[in-house]
Amino acid sequence: MTVLNILVLVCLLYVVLLFGVAFGADRAARQGRVRWLRSPVVYTLSLSIYCTAWTFYGAVGFAARSGLEFVTIYLGPTLVMIGWWWTVRRLVRVGRSQRITSIADLISSRYGKSNLLAVLVTVLAVVGTTPYIALQLQSVTLSFAAFAAFAEPGVPTAPLSDMQSTALWVAAGLAVFTILFGTRNLDANERHHGVVMAIAMEAVVKLCALLAVGVFVVWGLAGGVGATLDRIETSEIARFDVSAGRWVGLTMLSAMAFLCLPRMFQVMVVENEDEDHLRTAAWAFPGYLMLMSLFVLPIAAVGLDVMPAGTNPDLFVLTLPLMDGRDGLAILSFLGGFSSATSMVIVAAIALSTMVSNHVVMPIWLHYSGGAAMVSGDVRNVALTARRISIVGVLFLGYVYFRISGGGTALAAMGLIAFVGVAQFLPALMGGLFWRGATRTGALAGLCTGAAVWLYCLFLPSFGPAVFMSETLHEAGPWGIGWLRPYALFGAEGMDPVLHALMWSLLLNVGSFLLGSLLSFPQPLERLQGAQFVNVFDHSDTPGGWSGGMAQSEDLLIMAQRIMGAREAQALFSAAAGRQGVAGYLPEPSPDFLQELERALAGSVGAATAHAMIAQIVGGAAVSVRDLMAVADETAQIMEYSSQLEAKSQELARTARQLRQANEKLTQISVQKDGFLSQISHELRTPMTSIRAFSEILRDTDDLSAEDKHKYAAIIHDETVRLTRLLDDLLDLSVLENGQVDLNVQSGTLEALIDRAVRAAGGETEHFIIHRDREAERVDLSTDLDRLAQVFINLVSNARKYCDADPAVLSIRTAVAEDQLVVDFVDNGGGIPTEMQAMIFEKFSRIGETKAGGAGLGLAICREIMARLGGYVSYLPGQTGPAFRVSLPLSGRMAAQ
Amino acid sequence: MGKTVLLIEDEPNIIEAVSFILSRDGWDVKTHANGHDAMDAVRRRVPDLIILDVMLPGKSGYDILGEIRADADFATVPVLMLTARGQTRDREMAERAGASRYMTKPFSNADVLDAVRALAGT
Repeated sequence: MTVLNILVLVCLLYVVLLFGVAFGADRAARQGRVRWLRSPVVYTLSLSIYCTAWTFYGAVGFAARSGLEFVTIYLGPTLVMIGWWWTVRRLVRVGRSQRITSIADLISSRYGKSNLLAVLVTVLAVVGTTPYIALQLQSVTLSFAAFAAFAEPGVPTAPLSDMQSTALWVAAGLAVFTILFGTRNLDANERHHGVVMAIAMEAVVKLCALLAVGVFVVWGLAGGVGATLDRIETSEIARFDVSAGRWVGLTMLSAMAFLCLPRMFQVMVVENEDEDHLRTAAWAFPGYLMLMSLFVLPIAAVGLDVMPAGTNPDLFVLTLPLMDGRDGLAILSFLGGFSSATSMVIVAAIALSTMVSNHVVMPIWLHYSGGAAMVSGDVRNVALTARRISIVGVLFLGYVYFRISGGGTALAAMGLIAFVGVAQFLPALMGGLFWRGATRTGALAGLCTGAAVWLYCLFLPSFGPAVFMSETLHEAGPWGIGWLRPYALFGAEGMDPVLHALMWSLLLNVGSFLLGSLLSFPQPLERLQGAQFVNVFDHSDTPGGWSGGMAQSEDLLIMAQRIMGAREAQALFSAAAGRQGVAGYLPEPSPDFLQELERALAGSVGAATAHAMIAQIVGGAAVSVRDLMAVADETAQIMEYSSQLEAKSQELARTARQLRQANEKLTQISVQKDGFLSQISHELRTPMTSIRAFSEILRDTDDLSAEDKHKYAAIIHDETVRLTRLLDDLLDLSVLENGQVDLNVQSGTLEALIDRAVRAAGGETEHFIIHRDREAERVDLSTDLDRLAQVFINLVSNARKYCDADPAVLSIRTAVAEDQLVVDFVDNGGGIPTEMQAMIFEKFSRIGETKAGGAGLGLAICREIMARLGGYVSYLPGQTGPAFRVSLPLSGRMAAQ
Repeated sequence: MGKTVLLIEDEPNIIEAVSFILSRDGWDVKTHANGHDAMDAVRRRVPDLIILDVMLPGKSGYDILGEIRADADFATVPVLMLTARGQTRDREMAERAGASRYMTKPFSNADVLDAVRALAGT
């Protein structure tokens, strides 16, 4: 087996290991074993995606070409983590409290949830990141080709087509990995434990690989520390004089990029588990960077010394061990580079796909499908599909870029160029965090100006003359205007192109941002968001200004179910209802609840979309704030104060409404109690009338035929049975209500129990169809099976009696969640009006005057039984038709014991 | 030729019992089982006497009685009301609505017969 084959095998095994680690971590997280997944060490290691293949291989090349300058790339992030620790903490706090999904989401959210800004940031991020992904693909293919060259020395470097197919395979594999572990949950704000764990492992691999190569070079090739220092002294590296301007500029640039890169934002803010992890990362991450840079100079110096002239210094890390015949070490080094490349691409793809799907695809889809989509379509699937397609799209773009640029040297310079691109986010980002006067107009102006200057001065020229810009344009400027030359804007000649672009783009960006902010007036929502962002440490929860009425709760639930999934949405709603002291699934749409819901939705579809969706249902609540603003130009504090007052008065109104509701219910119950005797009287007297009349006929009439006698006796008998049943029900209810019930605990399966209930309720017919999921019903129960069957029989018979559709279709859905058995009975008839939902479990309540049912005691008995069994039965709003939910703990207490 | 009585009642067993008793006494018994179109049945049958239950599907007995009394043709037709609710409030409501006689279920067959005969005689 050749070295090359072994390399392929090791690579495959490594990929399998990555999948295994990601899968294992995901599973551990689902089973709740997250303690070690949430350690600050994992967080710190995940930050190391800052070190891409460009740093792994390129730092040595950088050092070989321009000496100590490579240190700036590590110095910037180190300064940020140590000196700007409080800024990073603020960023993380805002990200967590606002459920931010990406840097585009953060900027959009701060400036009044503006989707235009989000789209702009997304586009810029995609443009800036695509070449970077191409760079990673290139590094993997180049290192592979280097191996091939050493393995078969006769053959010149691998043909280009081979390299391209390697890149395609790598891109496809990464797409699969990212889709598998990056789009498991819709909530982009949820942690991707699998991905983070895999990245942490890759961080360890790349560090170990670089250290191993370094140790080998210093002690194996150079012959000790002293000898190595001598070699550095004598090599060209020591003779490079570093320009102070470039040194400061590059350090600043890498610091800015560290904060603004979409992938860094993803691991630092979105995947952050605990704010306190930053404390560890503040010293551990710089330590990691220091270790990564420790051996860069020795490797570069020895490489320049030992390797034949013309060897690509970017690959010294790989070619030095190869040349010495250390295949094992070379493979480790290859894995290090492979890790650096893959981890960057995976995280960048997740970050970009979230941005593209939340800010570009979803708004367009929502726009074209209109408000109806929230009720009838499945937003959840659309969002997930959009994200998956975006991942494939982003990776494909990277591959195409790699193909078009031909894997040439143009890519190598791309790292810094991309840094300048994303650095354009910084003014809007920092302004948003620290300056309440910053406005959407300012942010838009700054971003546009900065992006335009970057494109014109750096990005487009970087493709070389004649690709996008002609030679003459470079030499003489557009239309011969000298001061518009891309590399010498406003006469700033002789500067380094990167520094030149950095200076002008940021200068003009900040200028436009300040000017735009000062000249424009912020929208009310911007002011509120601005206050929340800037004062995030004072009050993480201020009233958001939503207001709504009761009728919307059900619509909100329906929408939330489409986006978050039925179970999560119901849990969120019932928890909120519980906090408000309301029974059931529909909480008051208080400002607090609406804000909570909006943030929960923002975790799935981004702030701007979530805000728009809620606004569509609740209506423009911010308008009242806007009205206040129009009356007088208040300061933000006054406005906040008045919005708090408004919230207070809304709260009072809400309390009053709750009291009124409670009073209404009490009155209703008292009327029902009044009617109770009258009802019992009616239910008892009707059968007794028949019994009395026919018994008198039998007694007083002599000439009755035998047939008639038999018929009348049968009527008397039937009516007696009816009376007995009514009395049984009444007694049953009375016993259950007084809690004097003995439970007869048996074991059995849910499936058998539902079979029994369906049979007892008359079974299926062509007019009454039952859908069941027998697979899910294979649950072992240990409870009073007869009582539970009584509940099921009642619910099935109710559907049979009252469902007005033909054929009536009853769906029995079973789910087990956290030791809780949930069985839903949903039929396709007309729903129960909201005002009746609260009353149907009361005694003798029947809807309408239908005589189809019994005495109206069935649901009341069901409710009492479920309470005794330790569970509950409730009406489930927001379904296709009448729906009842029976919930029962699978183990544990029963109320009556 | 017997007189016609219209029985408006929704419990099939009670219909059967009352029909049996009255037909043996020579009455021509017509029946009707719901509240919606009870008034149409009254106009169609032109009964000499009406027996009316209070709790009917679709419309309450009191409402039907109101319609009967509002129609000039039937303003004086005797109406015997049957109810399964035996509270005094129910009796007052029946009298206010214009019932000629009021009986609480369960009744004895002889009482019904007496009441019908008495009402028909006046």
